[in-house]
Amino acid sequence: MTLYDFLIAPFADYAFMRRALVACLALGLSCGAFGTFLLLRRMSLMGDALSHAILPGAAIGFLLAGLSLWAMSLGGLVAGILVAMAAGLISRRTEQREDASLASLYLISLAAGVVLISLKGSALDLMHLLFGNVLAVDDHALLLVAGVSSLSLIILAVIYRPLVAECLDPTFLRALGVAGGLYHLAFLLLIVLNLVAGFQALGTLMAVGLLILPASAAAFWSQRLAARLAISALLAGLASVIGLMGSYHGDWPSGPAVILTAGGLYLLSMTFGRCGSLRARYFPPRHLHHD
Amino acid sequence: MAVTLQDITIAYGRQPAVHHVSGQFATGSLTAVVGPNGAGKSTLIKAIAGLLPVESGQILLDGLGQRDIAYLPQQAEIDRSFPISVQEMVMMGLWRTRGSFLSWRPSDRQAAQQAMAAVGIDHHANAPISNLSVGQFQRALFARLLLQQANLILLDEPFNALDSNTTIDLLRLIREWHDEQRTVICVLHDLNLASEHFPETLVLGREAIAWGNTAQSLSQDTMTAARNKIAAGY
Repeated sequence: MTLYDFLIAPFADYAFMRRALVACLALGLSCGAFGTFLLLRRMSLMGDALSHAILPGAAIGFLLAGLSLWAMSLGGLVAGILVAMAAGLISRRTEQREDASLASLYLISLAAGVVLISLKGSALDLMHLLFGNVLAVDDHALLLVAGVSSLSLIILAVIYRPLVAECLDPTFLRALGVAGGLYHLAFLLLIVLNLVAGFQALGTLMAVGLLILPASAAAFWSQRLAARLAISALLAGLASVIGLMGSYHGDWPSGPAVILTAGGLYLLSMTFGRCGSLRARYFPPRHLHHD
Repeated sequence: MAVTLQDITIAYGRQPAVHHVSGQFATGSLTAVVGPNGAGKSTLIKAIAGLLPVESGQILLDGLGQRDIAYLPQQAEIDRSFPISVQEMVMMGLWRTRGSFLSWRPSDRQAAQQAMAAVGIDHHANAPISNLSVGQFQRALFARLLLQQANLILLDEPFNALDSNTTIDLLRLIREWHDEQRTVICVLHDLNLASEHFPETLVLGREAIAWGNTAQSLSQDTMTAARNKIAAGY
């Protein structure tokens, strides 16, 4: 097998691989950025809960309309929003800590989703929904992903300053009478949208990985927010390319292949990164550097 | 900008934290709010900042809006590991003029530079906030206050855990605000600071025990009276 066969041929020869690649790259751009904010707000568990929440919604779409992109996406979107609202309600109205209620919600969602799919679908359908299927990324799915990714990045650019301020110092915004909660809500909605866009290619269990792993890897490379957003998008893109190739050559499900690669990049960053990594701790640079 | 309290009561749950307080912080006054733990000092300035509802009574702000108020909480709930530079954090102080969406003008960056120079952290402008010491971080927060150009400045124990140099520098800024006729209300636990640097003092013990000229209102007797009020409970 030549290098060309290994690196280029999968994408040159097959349209579905090209579509999956473009979809993952587009997704990586927005997921990298949103994941960084998700981690800064210490909300990675919320990401988990939301991604699992999409499953029963997508399953209902699947029951009603089969493997229809729009029915499943709409179902997933509605279910994601419902769970986000339920999580907020539980943490405000009960005394339970948010991590416990989020974990409960995502277990319920996952179980409900699997039961719903098994009502009508095969084990293969279940695999595809849970772990993604590059073959599912048709032109419509690609448009959905590209649209969601573009829209969410544009909105992120517009609400960047209040979102950063709300993460950093919510009291400051409240004292100014700025409705920080509104930006938080927009942020959650965009997270759900990205997860919905991601589940066709990556699966509902894995879509959240592209939010969390590249962003937490990027945290080991820079203490600047802008740089982190860029590095995290870059790592997400890299994980997509390598993961899809692995998926093609090894016949692995695409979602786990991409996320496993992202996980590898995370471990590398954690070991060799510039800020707070194992290397920085045990082999610190000789000079104190100011930046 | 004067702040008038009309018989205000503020409660957490059913327990009143501030009870039937009336009086006025005059325009351009510089007031220390002192009292034992649980006297309602933080509660009172949070309510003036508009962050807590009053149970009864009214807080009158001379018709000026929420954006004329700058509030520095006791332990700012700022995540110090947040990847943001000192200058970026300081520039949040320009919110009143630039809001959520307007882009920075060169004059905005200049103003931020000046504010950081005024508190002596301009050489850290581009450093991440995680690099700052406790004192430098408080200086940065004061630079942000400077940019806010607020007419009413509310400070909750701003000198806690600070070294004396930082305290002296920050007191000088407060003095300048006072000279510029801004109204400053500052919660303090160090009574010496109050008597040396603050012309007016409010001694709080859920109720206003004494309020006015520091020399008269701040004494052993009033502080004991405040402590007894708290100890007596309700």
